[in-house]
Amino acid sequence: MTYAVFILFTLMALCGGVLVVTQRNLVRAATALVLSLFGVAGLYVLLEAGFLAAVQVLVYIGAIAILIIFAIMLTRRMVQGDESGLNRQWGWALVSAVVMFALFCYVVVKAWPLALGAVSAPAVPADSTEALGLALLDWEQYVLPFEIASVLLLSAMVGAVVIAREKHDS
Amino acid sequence: MREFFFDLTWLIPVFPLLAFAFIVLWANPNRKLSTWAAWAGIGLSWLLGWTIFFLSWGDIHHLTPPEANHPVPLWALPAGSGMLEVGFQVDTLTALMLFMVPFVCLMIFIYSKGYMGYGTEQVDPHYSRFFAYISLFACGMLGLVVSDSLLTLFIFWEIMGLCSYLLIGFWFEKRYPDPERITPKEAGLKAFLTTRVGDVIMLLGILLLFSQVGSLSFVDLFSHDTLHMLAEKTVTLPVLGTMPVATLAALLLFGGAMGKSAQFPLHVWLPDAMEGPTPVSALIHAATMVSAGVYLVARSFPLFAAVHGGTQLAVVAFIGAFTALFASTIAVAQNDIKRGLAYSTISQLGYMIAALGVGAYIAAVFHLITHAFFKALLFLGSGSVIHGVEHGHHEVAHGHDDHGEEAFDANDMMNMGGLWSKMPRTAWTFLIGGGALAGIVPLAGFWSKDEILAHAWHGFQHGHDLGTFWPFFVWLLLTLAALLTAFYTARQVCLTFAGRPRTEAAGHAHESPPSMTWPLMILAFFAATLGLFGTPWANQFHHLIGEAFEATPFDPFVAGLSTALAVGGAAVGWLVYGRKPLAAGDVDPVKRWLGPVHTVLENKYYVDELYRAVFIRPVIWLAHVFFKFDNRWVIDPIVNAVGRAGVSLAKGMGWFDLVVVDGLVNLAGRAGATVSSLSDVVDLRFVDRIVDGVGDLVRAGGRFLRPIQTGRVQNYLLVAVLFTAITLLGLYVMLPVL
Amino acid sequence: MIPLSWYVLVSAALFCIGLFGVLARRNAVAILMAVELMLNAVNVNLVAFWRYGEPQAMAGQVFALIVFTVAAAEAAVGLALFIAIYRSRDTVAVEEIDLMKG
Repeated sequence: MTYAVFILFTLMALCGGVLVVTQRNLVRAATALVLSLFGVAGLYVLLEAGFLAAVQVLVYIGAIAILIIFAIMLTRRMVQGDESGLNRQWGWALVSAVVMFALFCYVVVKAWPLALGAVSAPAVPADSTEALGLALLDWEQYVLPFEIASVLLLSAMVGAVVIAREKHDS
Repeated sequence: MREFFFDLTWLIPVFPLLAFAFIVLWANPNRKLSTWAAWAGIGLSWLLGWTIFFLSWGDIHHLTPPEANHPVPLWALPAGSGMLEVGFQVDTLTALMLFMVPFVCLMIFIYSKGYMGYGTEQVDPHYSRFFAYISLFACGMLGLVVSDSLLTLFIFWEIMGLCSYLLIGFWFEKRYPDPERITPKEAGLKAFLTTRVGDVIMLLGILLLFSQVGSLSFVDLFSHDTLHMLAEKTVTLPVLGTMPVATLAALLLFGGAMGKSAQFPLHVWLPDAMEGPTPVSALIHAATMVSAGVYLVARSFPLFAAVHGGTQLAVVAFIGAFTALFASTIAVAQNDIKRGLAYSTISQLGYMIAALGVGAYIAAVFHLITHAFFKALLFLGSGSVIHGVEHGHHEVAHGHDDHGEEAFDANDMMNMGGLWSKMPRTAWTFLIGGGALAGIVPLAGFWSKDEILAHAWHGFQHGHDLGTFWPFFVWLLLTLAALLTAFYTARQVCLTFAGRPRTEAAGHAHESPPSMTWPLMILAFFAATLGLFGTPWANQFHHLIGEAFEATPFDPFVAGLSTALAVGGAAVGWLVYGRKPLAAGDVDPVKRWLGPVHTVLENKYYVDELYRAVFIRPVIWLAHVFFKFDNRWVIDPIVNAVGRAGVSLAKGMGWFDLVVVDGLVNLAGRAGATVSSLSDVVDLRFVDRIVDGVGDLVRAGGRFLRPIQTGRVQNYLLVAVLFTAITLLGLYVMLPVL
Repeated sequence: MIPLSWYVLVSAALFCIGLFGVLARRNAVAILMAVELMLNAVNVNLVAFWRYGEPQAMAGQVFALIVFTVAAAEAAVGLALFIAIYRSRDTVAVEEIDLMKG
């Protein structure tokens, strides 16, 4: 049963990904991105990282994907060009992506067994979300990265507003 | 109560930082608010700094180095395998710096209000920005002083470097009619890049220490065991041979100090830094930032002294003494009042470095403090003079309109003269500052300079870590420099203030506003009296810095000689320039006497020219070579050749098509309609295809080659990914472990 | 349970799909989406190693969260840049943004 679910989510993620990078129509590509991100969220659930799955749905699908669709709408004229969505070097890009994937597979298969049986992992503590929150706010652990991340978000927000704003003075 | 204030030390750099943020974010359009914000920030730092200083004065026995470093951790953050500890500390050296830095900063902040033309028509358009920058600078310097580890010290060090760059280039739009003259923008860049050379070396030293000790806090670094370990362990370097780790680390740290404190050969940036506004020259390039290098050496002095008789102290002593003499000879031949003072600063910093080199720790720190006061005073005085002359010039130019466009250099002492009666307060204070610099009894500079000389002499007479040669050599160079110092100081005072005005502008000069003259008078008071705390008979500084260091005995010979030289130098200066002051258009008499030597001095021994020939030209040349390699010699020719070949091939094919095939076709056409239509098909489908195909192939070849320089990010990325893949493949094939 | 290697392989595949997109798409917004795919691949990796390594220590999840934040910031700034470029050059085709052309 778990395998079926895993395969389903994997297919969602990978097929969505392939559609994202091949679809000429950007709106469709963005929709495919949402599909792919849902697949990844499903994988998080399988990995017992429920909080991250929720964040994935809320932040990625709820915010980033919507943001991207907005941007597509704003730069609409480009979308309707009837040229291919890929550039001229796509063949080489494909080659390098495939080579990279082969290399990754080689390493992974050498390092961790593919076999199905006898897989064991320590149990996840029941209150892992709480532990995550505590770790983020713990003076001794991750409070600095946490704060820096929030400053980064703030400055990115301000920066985005400044960059994208129409300049009226000239 | 003491503990309470000591625990607040970290606030000292925070106040100016808040002022900076406030000015940048809110107060920028409002000049008055910006001024007050900056003043409030530095004022609070000053109050707290002096509180801590006087508390530690009364309580020095709790604060003798190195045990009584008073490190207080603020944060400990996880960083990789260890913890990043950020904290501060108060020891006597810090306390002493807290006496000097915030106070001098405050004086200069107050002075800046008048200098930047607050409330007048000539107010600087970026007035608020100036106050923001100097506030940030004050944060950097104060943070440097209170840091408890090399890492935080380095961070503040770099903040200061940034502010220095921003402030030197503050008048970045300024251009001079003379294209050879360096503009503020270029001067800022030059300062930034030159000090960067030192900073990289210093960073290497920090990394070396971290790799050896595993911590960068001063307490850990300068503990007895660590120093012992560093002195015992040796490293072998390709060219330099084997040396103890302590020696190498000390030399690398000294590289940073050389850049920041403008020691030969990295001194070239400081004179050009005078392109910045004068308060900046006084604050950053005379009193505080340039002494940070000396502070660094003083702070890590245990490391320098860890190996007895090591090369590191000899290097420090030699570079310092050489710089002291070298710069003071240049100062003799400078006509720009600020550049003359800049070379004097380099020379005096050389004194401090040399003092540390011969182990005169207390004397070096003492000279650092007194120098900060009297050199800030001299710079502010020169700023007041320049301000006055500039205003005089404006007045004159206003009178007759034809003067407006003429290039007038308000910094040139040849354009001054006779300002004594016009600017009495500036003149008096400048005279006191000059006396302190020249080492006239009993002004501040005399006591500190004498202590350095006495220490070197003492090392020569009674033996020293470095043997007897180095202390004597240092003593000799520094004594000669003292003579020259007195001479050029007298020259500056006479050229500026004595005689009659040599230009109309100087004739119309007025005394500066009170916000400028009051800081001068306060600083003059300190420049006159500060030395009395460090007299050989009741050396409060020695008492304060710690009994751990050997006191320098008073030596009547050295004191007598240096006094005689100071008075003699000043007297010669007066005889040359003061007794019969130069009139307008006169040639500098020293220039007549020295001839070509003077030209060499005037051109600063051509060091800038040397650097241009040795470093800058080759780099530019190399850049051209690479550019050509890319554009002309290799890639473009290939593309062009392929393209040309393609074009000629296509032409040949076209000719073939036209003459042979068409001929055949025509022949075939005559032969019959069916055959003709068939050959049409051949022509269209087959021959044309070949012709087009060859052309396309060539174009594709060109297209394949051209992306190498298309400027398209994706191409570059593709190359990077492919290369990564190839590298990884190679790794997997070659390293079976993976 | 599903072996760790499966997750890692899925992540590798997703990463390479994203890589292809970054290298081969013409439209800047599409490239940004491909970058998001790559970041997601990284996150899958992080979470998988967290699960199979030390689920008590939260490092993996924390870093995944940080990646979320960076991704959000990057998307916001990136899209703002595209809109600004679009406004001034009337295109978001990356091939045409070649001011650095040699």
